[in-house]
Amino acid sequence: MSIDQIQDSIIEEFNLFDQWMDKYEYLIDLGRKLPVIDSAYKTDRHLIRGCQSRVWLHAEMNDGTVRFTADSDAIITKGIIALLIRVLAGQKPEDIANAQLYFIDAIGLREHLSSTRANGLVNMVNTLQSIGRNFSGAH
Amino acid sequence: MDATGTILLAHDEMNRPEQNTAAPTAAAMECAPPPAPTLDIDAIRAQFPVLSRRIKGNPLVYLDNGATAQKPQCVIDAIEHYYRRCNANVHRGVHHLSQQATDAYEDAREIVRAHLNAEHAHEVLFTSGTTAGINLVACSWGGANLRPGDEVIVSTMEHHSNIVPWQLICEQRGATVKELPITRSGELRMEALEAQLSERTRLVAVTHVSNVLGTINPVRRVIRLAHDHGALVLLDGAQAAPHMRIDVRALDVDFYAFSGHKVFGPTGVGALYGKEKWLDAMPPYQGGGEMIERVTFERTTFAGLPHKFEAGTPNIVGGIGLGEALAWFARLDAGALAAHEQDLLAYATARLTAIDGLSVIGTSAHKACVISFLLAGAHPFDVGALLDQQGIAVRTGHHCAQPLMDFYRTPGTVRASFALYNNRADVDALAAGVERAAAMLA
Repeated sequence: MSIDQIQDSIIEEFNLFDQWMDKYEYLIDLGRKLPVIDSAYKTDRHLIRGCQSRVWLHAEMNDGTVRFTADSDAIITKGIIALLIRVLAGQKPEDIANAQLYFIDAIGLREHLSSTRANGLVNMVNTLQSIGRNFSGAH
Repeated sequence: MDATGTILLAHDEMNRPEQNTAAPTAAAMECAPPPAPTLDIDAIRAQFPVLSRRIKGNPLVYLDNGATAQKPQCVIDAIEHYYRRCNANVHRGVHHLSQQATDAYEDAREIVRAHLNAEHAHEVLFTSGTTAGINLVACSWGGANLRPGDEVIVSTMEHHSNIVPWQLICEQRGATVKELPITRSGELRMEALEAQLSERTRLVAVTHVSNVLGTINPVRRVIRLAHDHGALVLLDGAQAAPHMRIDVRALDVDFYAFSGHKVFGPTGVGALYGKEKWLDAMPPYQGGGEMIERVTFERTTFAGLPHKFEAGTPNIVGGIGLGEALAWFARLDAGALAAHEQDLLAYATARLTAIDGLSVIGTSAHKACVISFLLAGAHPFDVGALLDQQGIAVRTGHHCAQPLMDFYRTPGTVRASFALYNNRADVDALAAGVERAAAMLA
């Protein structure tokens, strides 16, 4: 599936929930299923800067597409990074770098996060996309 | 009247029979504790417009009062009235408006004096808040008095704003900051203080009430011990002022700082009390207008107290708003207020500790209405986010007290901090909200 197809299906899934508490429940569930980063990568070098809770992210190339693993000490944060990874994992680096992540506003994620968490979200998106840029440059 | 102060201070000294019972204040003598009337909390709540808001579809349950308190209508009106009717600069104009503004500002200073039971209004300096007050003392008093080898004692439970200013000035002066340790339950280790105090100790800076733990520190005893060793005491009153009336003379404290916005007043204003003899001897902190007597390029002489420490156009409306807030606070029955808040604390503690996996950080027997807690296996941010979704405002994180978080080996806590307008329904909402969050995060 393309990045936009995945975004559209996430928007559809979130539309099924009336209550934000249910959406949080869904995020928590995603967080639990996140492909967890190898503990060897849980170092300061893999921390995403500017997040209130700690978020570690590792990326590697696999047959021309990017594979991400991550972890966080806060489960909702873990759900958010899992959601981003679901959209961007297995995609070509240049597609990751150029993606317009419209689903974030479409599902109301940004407005439902506290401002500190919303900043963290921006930092996660920036980190993921710069990884895409770096890998496409290295091609 | 000083009943809350008296009651909470008495409580603070309970089970500490070695305390000397300093001469009761005049206020305490003329006015026995009132016969426990109850506060009309519904009527009080109705005076706070923001409390009727709904957040994300739920009625607002505001339990972040330790960060900032909401404002009653009279404070909002005072601010609006000032800008509509009498905005002018203070202390200098010959015109009518300037005189009115000056009178209102100085009346506010008198209200703060009364709130603190200070002897003189000029012992009350308007600041931008507690942090500014502590920095003023650190820079001015510390800069003039700290010598290499001197020590300033600061406790583990301090807010960063009662640690960092002392680190900065001690570094400059070759002095040392010593950490006064605490117990697991969150109380000052008084025996450690006795051991730390020496002829090198110049000042002890502790909080009156902990912003994280809620502990009401035995400040009278701290002050007496420090004075026995010739050291001064600064109390951080940011978290005490909203819960009790302060009596700086009964305490015999040297400096007392608090913030306006935590006592139902506006942000950006606060007050620092200092004993006249110290303030008189201290050099000016910042230079500018308002604080001078005569300026020439050869030599400038400074204005007397309090203006020596109030350079520049002050936060006039802030001072007036603070005065209005404290006047409002003073009209409440102090004994009933203390009883109400202690009831809330006991009820909230019972409701929260009944939740599986919940542990309270800060279990002193002498607490203001602040409860920090952790849910086993859950990050405080997650708990805070799920409470926020339910319209419940709490604070999560390190609460600007990282040494204290290190002591408890946690990156942060969830903190519910109550004010006089909170009620048992707020506690019920919090307990239900935490239970729901716990179920989701388990």
